Amino acid sequence: MKRFARLFSDLDATTATQAKVDALVRYFAEAPPDDAAWAVYFLAGGKPRQVVKTAVMAREAAAAAGLAPWLFDECYQAVGDLAETIALVLPDGEAQGDMGLAQWMHERLLPLRGQDEDAVAQALLAWWRELDARGRFLLIKLVGGGFRVGVSKLLVQRALARHAGIDAKRVAQRMMGYTDAKSAPTAERYQALIAPVDEARPDGADAGQPYPFFLAHPLDIAPELFTARLGPLADWQVEWKYDGIRAQVVRRQGQCWIWSRGEELVTDRFPEVVALAQALPEGTVLDGEILAWKDDAPAPFALLQQRIARKTLTRKVLADAPVTFLAYDLLEQAGADLRSRPQGERRERLQALLHGTPVPLSPLVSADGWLDLARVRESSRERGMEGLMLKRRDAAYGVGRTKAEGLWWKWKIEPMTIDCVLVYAQAGHGRRASVYTDYTFAVWNRPPADAAEVQAVLDAIAAREPPAPDGLQLVAFAKAYSGLTDAEFREVDAVIRKSTVEKFGPVRSVRPSLVFELGFEGIQASSRHKSGIAVRFPRMLRIRRDKPLAEANALADLRALLGGGA
Amino acid sequence: MSDLVVQRPEGLYCPAGDFYIDPWRPVDRAVITHAHADHARPGHGHYLAAAAGEGVLRARLGEIRLQALAYGERITHHGVTVSLHPAGHVLGSAQVRLEHEGRVWVASGDYKVAPDRTCAPFEPVRCDVFITESTFGLPIYRWRPDSELYAEINAWWAANAEAGRASVIPCYSFGKAQRLLAGLDARIGPIVVHGAVEPLNEAYRAAGVDLPATVAAPALSDQTAISRCLVLCPPSAAASPWLRRFGDSATAFASGWMQVRGQRRRGGWDRGFVVSDHADWPGLHAAIDATGATRVIVTHGSVPVMVRTLQERGLQAGAFQTEYGDDALDVPAVAEPPA
Repeated sequence: MKRFARLFSDLDATTATQAKVDALVRYFAEAPPDDAAWAVYFLAGGKPRQVVKTAVMAREAAAAAGLAPWLFDECYQAVGDLAETIALVLPDGEAQGDMGLAQWMHERLLPLRGQDEDAVAQALLAWWRELDARGRFLLIKLVGGGFRVGVSKLLVQRALARHAGIDAKRVAQRMMGYTDAKSAPTAERYQALIAPVDEARPDGADAGQPYPFFLAHPLDIAPELFTARLGPLADWQVEWKYDGIRAQVVRRQGQCWIWSRGEELVTDRFPEVVALAQALPEGTVLDGEILAWKDDAPAPFALLQQRIARKTLTRKVLADAPVTFLAYDLLEQAGADLRSRPQGERRERLQALLHGTPVPLSPLVSADGWLDLARVRESSRERGMEGLMLKRRDAAYGVGRTKAEGLWWKWKIEPMTIDCVLVYAQAGHGRRASVYTDYTFAVWNRPPADAAEVQAVLDAIAAREPPAPDGLQLVAFAKAYSGLTDAEFREVDAVIRKSTVEKFGPVRSVRPSLVFELGFEGIQASSRHKSGIAVRFPRMLRIRRDKPLAEANALADLRALLGGGA
Repeated sequence: MSDLVVQRPEGLYCPAGDFYIDPWRPVDRAVITHAHADHARPGHGHYLAAAAGEGVLRARLGEIRLQALAYGERITHHGVTVSLHPAGHVLGSAQVRLEHEGRVWVASGDYKVAPDRTCAPFEPVRCDVFITESTFGLPIYRWRPDSELYAEINAWWAANAEAGRASVIPCYSFGKAQRLLAGLDARIGPIVVHGAVEPLNEAYRAAGVDLPATVAAPALSDQTAISRCLVLCPPSAAASPWLRRFGDSATAFASGWMQVRGQRRRGGWDRGFVVSDHADWPGLHAAIDATGATRVIVTHGSVPVMVRTLQERGLQAGAFQTEYGDDALDVPAVAEPPA
């Protein structure tokens, strides 16, 4: 654990990518393989199923530190991270012998699963007493998941590649599924990541192994500039951008595996897709999108979401939210890796392969030049699409979000927007702790008659009077925490502190004074929200300093968007 | 009986003696606890402060009408007996003890209870009412012994020197810089101080505080010396071209706020050393207990938490609204590194 703690400190003490890779390489060089296996797992985003409830940890820590629950909460608000709060309030322990990371996991943490709360609490208390603040912090992170230290999976792959003297893309492929919650990391699996390249025995001994996903870059230049930047439209393969779940279907050795972009094995979730895959020949890997599908068209993401939330797939669930898999790329054919072949060739092979099978193909979009394509893109929303995908016909299928081997652009439609009023605020987490960065926004229940009517509402809020049931009032409809610069957040934070009306735990209500332009990708009627509306991916586009509160939008404006969008 | 100290728009006011303590607006008579800018402001008619801090106060405020009082020395003004007692915060920092008609009130200013060889140690003063700061008034703030802290800083400096890069610690010119200097191991390399820091070092040396030798940046031209040096400068200089002369350097911020990872990262600092001139949570409570006060008034920092904690411990506790800063939270963050 001490070695891993030192690695954590080294990673945490720098923002320089190279210094982080150096620290990782140093660690891999000296750590035993079973420890390194777990370190890779955590740093690459692996989360073991939580063995202890967060609330139990918080309660036990407060008791052990002799703090009243309210005082512990105050500490948590100031720190913004539960593990760090616990680490800081507990008295220092007497350092005892040093156990390796793997030993910690296998002998101590994993056996906690399924034990009763008291036993777990007793174990935690005893271990806390063995560790210093940094050790406690790491232990709680290991127990609770959410291990974020500014190291991306890509960085871990780079370091492993340098340590092993092999190509980072190969490490990336070997690492697919490494962090899947269903299998614990072992020294063997770690050694398979860094094994020397043996041409006679290619990688993928594990039959279900997928390929790293190739990710698209956002395109945000005016269509007039496309020819200059991208060349003629003819160089590009154009498809719709779907609002579903990116997935790979792997068909090998008479079996089928479905992997989500989060590298989670989701085969069991989508029996319809498994059925489709039966039609594929051996040694095939498809890249595509899982979509809820109704009436021969993609259904809103919300429907797919309902389906994902279900633990057991009853006949009713399958009937209410049927899914399909739309194929758009062919990564492996007859057991051969096609990723270095040009996009155009892969597409032709894909079309030929799927011809006569029930597996649907993502259609190509054609247009007379970029400006015409821009007009086609305008119809995205009514078709239930997020925009268009542009893929260079002569490019290979790359790894991750790189531009080295090929190029995919996602050309999304402009978000829907609404002008709304900030009514509640909550402090963020991590580096945003103690800064109010998470906001709740409201619209008017009806357009205000005049500024005086708005002023009366503000006065009532400041005086903490409830609104008249049939009078003008603000109705909360969305929360957002992204889209502003750090400087803007600081500015809004100052306004919130000055205009706080009430505090409810970590949440402050404010006397409304700021109008924001909020952008979102989709909108749905929802009986679970007071406003009757749920928006998808809301984020702040800008602060509308030019707009008085009376000119913020009303519920009717939101409902009008409901009619127009998918 | 009316209170010996009350809150007024100008600052904390003693009605019986007709004077203020650390007022933030110009007044005729001001008792100053220490020379930090939020406590010692220009423009008052008369100043009363501890003799140990006279040099620093004059260096910062220029021409003022100042009466300097030795620690423990008593004077009486309009029937109120006033004396100053070491607060352990920075050179010349004082608690203000007021006695009037059998009642004793003490206003702490800012204070620290842990030992610090750059100023006189905090002296507990018995009183009926204690007016306390609460800058770090949360249980997450518990300082480690200075010996561990200095070992950590010196190890960081030595590692940077070995790697051939300068070590930069942005910190407050008055108090924090000298406290750091007192613990630095000058055998590792030369110590460079910014022009804003050196006058205060001089004031400390003149007051008899032994600090290691320091040099001004232009005096250092040898490349080897530059690559091994440690630099103390105000946070504003850390984001300015002044720093460029040191080439590739490692930077660490020194402040009590560095205890929390999020605060360090929000400031954009790679490394943070938890060095504070204020009392930590146990220190605040130890100081309050040592006064024997039954009533406590909290001025700045984590006010509601401290008030509630004291009330739950059975003390009569309240708050004054003041305009004292909460130390380093407003430091200009260095530019965020690109993601």
